[in-house]
Amino acid sequence: MTLRALLLVATALFSIGIYGLLTRRQAVALLLSIEVMANAANLVFVVFARYGGAPGHPLVLFALAITVAEVAVGLALVLVLYRRHGDTLLELASEAKG
Amino acid sequence: MTAELGFGVFAFLLVGFPALRVVTSRDLVRTVLWLAVTLLGTAVLFALLHAPFLAGVQVLTYVGGVVTLMVFGVMVTHKHDGTTVAIDGANRVRGALAALAFFGVVAFAIVRTDLSSLTPVETPSTQDLAMALLDRYLIAFEVASVLLLAAIISAVVLARRRDPLPEGAEPADGARLQEGSVP
Repeated sequence: MTLRALLLVATALFSIGIYGLLTRRQAVALLLSIEVMANAANLVFVVFARYGGAPGHPLVLFALAITVAEVAVGLALVLVLYRRHGDTLLELASEAKG
Repeated sequence: MTAELGFGVFAFLLVGFPALRVVTSRDLVRTVLWLAVTLLGTAVLFALLHAPFLAGVQVLTYVGGVVTLMVFGVMVTHKHDGTTVAIDGANRVRGALAALAFFGVVAFAIVRTDLSSLTPVETPSTQDLAMALLDRYLIAFEVASVLLLAAIISAVVLARRRDPLPEGAEPADGARLQEGSVP
């Protein structure tokens, strides 16, 4: 049964995203790691739509729309960070702390 | 069992290896291109799971839209003088530990769970999907469109705003652009 293999691959993909989220220092690379994690979640939706018939396909479409919106706002924030500091390293955003 | 293992290895090579390159590659442009490979691999898995419409949407919006946007983001915000950013060693160990711990817990749960009741079923056709979106999920569909509108407006507002520089900060090279000029 390939269901278990697919779930393990999706889990691996999500873990790789977590690793990227915790280690990358550039804001754009952080956004890319989040993309990898969102992709893993979408994969699980599609897997369970095929195995067991959960209504996963509409959810994947909504998740895609939300991810695209997140990327647009995230890149605008990266642009603001670059304008203020001339680079996009995340340490520079420490002024955003409360 | 062998077929399952083989398929797992195939699927991991398709999406896992490019994803590893996404989080380890030093050069940002390469990172974005490896992300495109990851997303294309996921589209292949979608097609194998009888979701051809989602595979097409994945290629069109992600690989065509998001990756292009990311490439623009990298081009606008990086100098491309060949410098790469080193990754902090201690952070690396902590990140690997956290990721492995998450993978261990979830993989343990997946392996121990009895999944034999879940058998392959016929997935909804594109027509069924359209009917569901405009009938059962109509409110969510409209809310998603409002969310996209809000995201567009906020991205434009953020990208065009001129913040005063913090006290004592030197204006960066890119900060000399005039209001409304294209960066």
